Amino acid sequence: MLKQENKIFKNLYNDFGWEIDNALKREDWKDTKNIISKGREWIIDEVKTSELRGRGGAGFSTGLKWSFAPKEVGSRPHYLVINADESEPGTCKDRDILRFEPQKLIEGCLIAGYAVNAHTCYIYIRGEYSNEGRRLQDAINQAYEKNFLGKNACGSGWDFDIHIHYGAGAYICGEETALLESIEGNKGQPRLKPPFPALVGLYGCPTIVNNVETIAVVPTILRRGGKWFASLGKPKNTGTKIFCISGNVNSPCNVEEEMGISLKELIEKHAGGVVGGWENLQAVIPGGSSMPLLSKKICDTITMDFDSLIRNKSGLGTAGIVVINKDQDIVACMARIARFYKHESCGQCTPCREGAGWMWRILDRVVKRKATFSDINLLSDVTKQIEGHTICAFGEGSAWPVQGLLRHFRKEIESRCREEPLIKKKIDNPYLVDQHLLENKNA
Amino acid sequence: MSLKKVHDNQPKDFTFSNENLKKAEEILKRYPKKNKKSAVMPFLYLAQKQNDNWIPLAAMKYIANYLSMPYISVYEVATFYTMYNLAPVGRHFIQVCTTTPCLIRGADKIVQLCKEKIASKENEISKNGSCSWMEVECLGACVSAPMIQINDDYYEDLDEKSTKEILDSLIKDKPLKPGSYRGRKNTSPEKKKLINGENHA
Amino acid sequence: MPKIIINGKEIEFEKGMTVLQACELADVEIPRFCYHEKLSIAGNCRMCLVELDKSPKPIASCAMPAAEGMNIKTNTSLVEKARKGVMEFLLANHPLDCPVCDQGGECDLQDQSMYYGVDKSRFVENKRQVKEKYMGPLIKTQMTRCIHCTRCVRFATEVAGVPEIGAIGRGENMEITTYLEKAMESELSANVIDLCPVGALTSKPYAFEARPWELKKTESIDVTDAVGSNIRIDTYNWEVKRILPRLNNNINEEWISDKTRFSCDGLLKQRLDTPYIKRNNKLQKSSWDEAISLLIDKLKSTDLNEIGGHIGDLVNLENALSFKKFFAALKINNLEFRERKYYINPTEKINYIFNSSIKGIDETDLILLIGTNPRLEATMLNARIRKAFAQRRVPVYSIGDPGDLTYDYTKIGNTTDDIKKILNIEGKFSKELLSSKKPIIIIGESALELKSGKYIIEEFKKFLKANNFINKDWNALNFLPQNASTVGLIDLKILPNKEEENNSFFEKLKKNKFKLLYLLGSDNLNIKKNNEFIVYQGSHGDRGAEIADLIFPSAAFTEQTGLYENLEGRVQECKKASYPIGEALEDWKIFNLILKKLKKNDHLMNFENLREEVLSLIPNFTKLNELPSFKDIRTSNQSSYFVNEEVFIKQLDYFFTNAISRASKTMSECRQIKQNIKKTGTDNI
Ligand SMILES: Cc1cc2nc3c(=O)[nH]c(=O)nc-3n(C[C@H](O)[C@H](O)[C@H](O)COP(=O)(O)O)c2cc1C
Ligand code: SF4
Ligand code: FES
Repeated sequence: MLKQENKIFKNLYNDFGWEIDNALKREDWKDTKNIISKGREWIIDEVKTSELRGRGGAGFSTGLKWSFAPKEVGSRPHYLVINADESEPGTCKDRDILRFEPQKLIEGCLIAGYAVNAHTCYIYIRGEYSNEGRRLQDAINQAYEKNFLGKNACGSGWDFDIHIHYGAGAYICGEETALLESIEGNKGQPRLKPPFPALVGLYGCPTIVNNVETIAVVPTILRRGGKWFASLGKPKNTGTKIFCISGNVNSPCNVEEEMGISLKELIEKHAGGVVGGWENLQAVIPGGSSMPLLSKKICDTITMDFDSLIRNKSGLGTAGIVVINKDQDIVACMARIARFYKHESCGQCTPCREGAGWMWRILDRVVKRKATFSDINLLSDVTKQIEGHTICAFGEGSAWPVQGLLRHFRKEIESRCREEPLIKKKIDNPYLVDQHLLENKNA
Repeated sequence: MSLKKVHDNQPKDFTFSNENLKKAEEILKRYPKKNKKSAVMPFLYLAQKQNDNWIPLAAMKYIANYLSMPYISVYEVATFYTMYNLAPVGRHFIQVCTTTPCLIRGADKIVQLCKEKIASKENEISKNGSCSWMEVECLGACVSAPMIQINDDYYEDLDEKSTKEILDSLIKDKPLKPGSYRGRKNTSPEKKKLINGENHA
Repeated sequence: MPKIIINGKEIEFEKGMTVLQACELADVEIPRFCYHEKLSIAGNCRMCLVELDKSPKPIASCAMPAAEGMNIKTNTSLVEKARKGVMEFLLANHPLDCPVCDQGGECDLQDQSMYYGVDKSRFVENKRQVKEKYMGPLIKTQMTRCIHCTRCVRFATEVAGVPEIGAIGRGENMEITTYLEKAMESELSANVIDLCPVGALTSKPYAFEARPWELKKTESIDVTDAVGSNIRIDTYNWEVKRILPRLNNNINEEWISDKTRFSCDGLLKQRLDTPYIKRNNKLQKSSWDEAISLLIDKLKSTDLNEIGGHIGDLVNLENALSFKKFFAALKINNLEFRERKYYINPTEKINYIFNSSIKGIDETDLILLIGTNPRLEATMLNARIRKAFAQRRVPVYSIGDPGDLTYDYTKIGNTTDDIKKILNIEGKFSKELLSSKKPIIIIGESALELKSGKYIIEEFKKFLKANNFINKDWNALNFLPQNASTVGLIDLKILPNKEEENNSFFEKLKKNKFKLLYLLGSDNLNIKKNNEFIVYQGSHGDRGAEIADLIFPSAAFTEQTGLYENLEGRVQECKKASYPIGEALEDWKIFNLILKKLKKNDHLMNFENLREEVLSLIPNFTKLNELPSFKDIRTSNQSSYFVNEEVFIKQLDYFFTNAISRASKTMSECRQIKQNIKKTGTDNI
């Protein structure tokens, strides 16, 4: 179990107050000026040493990402953008940082902004988090009052401003280029890559996009040293991580733990165990809805870090753990996730637009026991036809959970399907009238 | 999501109130001068707030002119994002998260209660004229499932009993306090292990 | 040049190309729906996926920049699977209504499904329904067929410059629509019909008229303005069913204006199919013999000085020359083609053409409009200006107020004084002009109509020449004529010999000094008829025929072959796609009939000789379809006088500029809508 002294987010549950004065007692903003005075290179190197990987889902090395920002500022300004869109089902960690540890994020923004040559930072908060956004704004105002932000922020010689931009209910805006489109006042439709945001991002300028948690841990890493962070967890999967444990557990909660902790320990120690006991466990979604679920057998031994989950054909994602016990209809659970993706597809590219709804409709038929055996292969085909063919990773995000279901619960699905009827049910569609002209319920 | 339907009964004109005009100018300062289009989302929120929580076409036109954008672009944005209401909603607007983490912990029961207490259909204004409800996707409070959002506030750790109380009170125009309804502190682990009021330990 | 490997073959490509373009260089065809050469890249249909070595996922070739050493494969099972998958998705919600779809036979989706489609749909759910959208009188929508490639959205925003189409909603419920379903306010709107790869946007006037394979296709040129857009005329027997653009990067790229495309239904209406004679104030059908005899009587009884001829806007060069020769045979002098008096100096060709060339707009770095509204006067040329503005931010200035041109421009002023200031190098703009490298000055007919018309063009010419903006490589001086016949007719010297100010054609016309007026396809001349005997020879019962005492029916531009010279001085051939209706004849044949009856047999003409003579008369001619060439450029020393006056731009009644479009039902619908918009403001929500 993570030692109290190694916890970064000591106020995760707001036991000590979120205001800046309380935060200062928790050593936020300690020596910030000093840290910045060590220079960009030092900061980026130290973050590289820590082996911090992005907490937004993809797990990309943060230090490496920062080093992609052009070293010199050319004619275009640089931007730092914080991804607080948190919409991945099963995930609610950033919300607690925004509410209870805002100064960690704000301080992290200043340091990251300095490291990537940005004077302006936008924090993109999902629209539903309006209370959290107001809280963050209060915290930002407090930081301005103390001159931690603005001209010569924190005495560092670096001018730095933070603005909040609210989303308005679109999961896809968590995808970094869709997020940039959204800030620019467009529909949140992902951009084609290349070019990548580090070179052509917000308003066509070099832009670094990071998750809230990623940035919020940076000040502590720099204060305590990259080596300290790297000493926690496993190689390449270092540090601490906030896990969100929801679903059929006795005590759902957010908890900061060491990377690489075993799933079972996490559930039993922090979340009060699976409802009905460990043996009643059916499956676990380990990293937010986009990550394929794990069967009970894998759950028995798996550790929670990027690489071990990839080895098990899943991923750490956002570390949003959804526990599903045997009282649940697993197909219905996954059909609901498929419906989520159908609802959230941006509609831009063909495979995702057409495929997401198709998957949901097939799964829905399975749930209603109206599917046939051939539908199972069709479903599998559809997931493969989406995967890898879309503009953004939403395609994978929608296809993988279904693939996970097929991988681990094919028998379950088969048990609900029937043979292809030899004589098709008579449908009373008028002869020669196309289906799209008829009333339909599913549309 | 199905395509949003524009309300049939549209007001003729729309302009920002003086207070909102000031806010609008403040908002514009956040973005580079060349990129004032960025303000379209915050402006739509302002318009929505000013107009009883829904956005009339006149407001989209007003915003388009304000930001020198084509109307169609504002219209595209307003129909893309789910939080912009293009038709009236209840003064108390209840959004029920029904995505899997909430579903697992009984969101369907909450939907049922909404149907019984508010209106039988989504987006229908309740008989007393003050409430409406809608199913939404994950609201990002999964460890506090099941949960609902009423206007800006999250009501968490619900069960049938607490939801009934909340809705009953709401219909009487006396909204209860937001937050956890299992009495725990934010997202911390609980000592007592209660699921739907039953002891599961 | 960098190299790329495509299916094992190494080829060179130009920097800046995409993988798709490189594949085309290697003759490897890539299926596509959203990609279009002239539009920005959307990369959303995902049909163009190809395999890139070392990339785990296939890549969208339309969007991926080609890079040195890339190894691309387009014929692997990975690619095949990807494309088939995308095709299945596209077809999943696409209705199976090819038999009743107007796109049938020329549908990208239909064609490509032959390669990548399977014969049976696995999509057993109900197909998506999408409500029809209203997009005006030109575009018929059937949005259930839409595959969301967004070509139409990009066209409206990028090329037409009227961002009025958008994709609303999201996910599978995304729908393409105009803002609140109103007609598109663009003169280019119907190009989305060609762009739409499926039958979602089709031509409303052409709906259910024909199948593409039944039509005879003739490659020709457009005559509704002086641009000379390249078109294809599709006919079914006599009827022109539709007009489509033909790619010509020098002129119209692959777009045409709505007027070019849709005034063709005017070819079927109000046609003159037999000679008419006015008796008791009523036009009565007659025969060629009778009609010609009447004309000869009139000719004989009228003083030659009191006979005038006027050539209209749609007349081709052979016919115009035959008219001139016919008049010459009768020793008549008074010939004119202008519709209003404006200044033209015919001594040198650069005085009356668009010297910078339409393609030159792609190179310019500054544009000045003087007394012209190119959006209405030369729609396709305006689209080029918009392109320069949109893609390269070329600054556009105007003297006079042309209104909305679909791009931003700076108004310098609206008096001739503002022009004088430029010439005297006063003010900010003048310096900007002098520091530009390839400026384009466009002078419209409205400017040359002014009292200072001569001053404007002659002084500007001197100014540009003095500052080396008229040289071997670049000529900044441009005149923008409005009619298809204008430049050629100046070349044929259809202008009064000398400038006899007081005795000019227009003076005589105004003072009703003509006793006999011969109108050759001339419908736009302002005539206050008194006692003149008016002969009208043309294709339509339009304004000219209305006031005529004698009518000779002749062929429309689609019914005969003939040359036209566009505003750049490019000579192009308009081809015969159909045949004259009833007893109508080509104009030159009519003159032959008259000459025969007059026993002037040695003046008879034939088409080959006319063509030859036309070509020999055109100064600086190089060859068909090419720009004229100039060896040396003289400067004239014309003296002119200056008056300070307003530069007022005459508004064209865009959809009603010629006899054909005035006969067109479609054009009058468009005009109606435009007028309503004007009355009620741009939208009525
Ligand atoms: C469909 C989709 C949704 C995403 N949603 C989020 C999100 O809600 N929050 C987030 O931080 N990252 C999200 N991401 C990941 C971002 O694109 C991006 O990788 C991340 O913000 C980078 O930050 P990091 O390097 O700090 O993780 C999403 C990605 C995809 C493809
Ligand atoms: S994968 Fe889906 S969300 Fe991503 S660009 Fe394509 S349609 Fe949009
Ligand atoms: S042509 Fe490349 S994605 Fe459509």
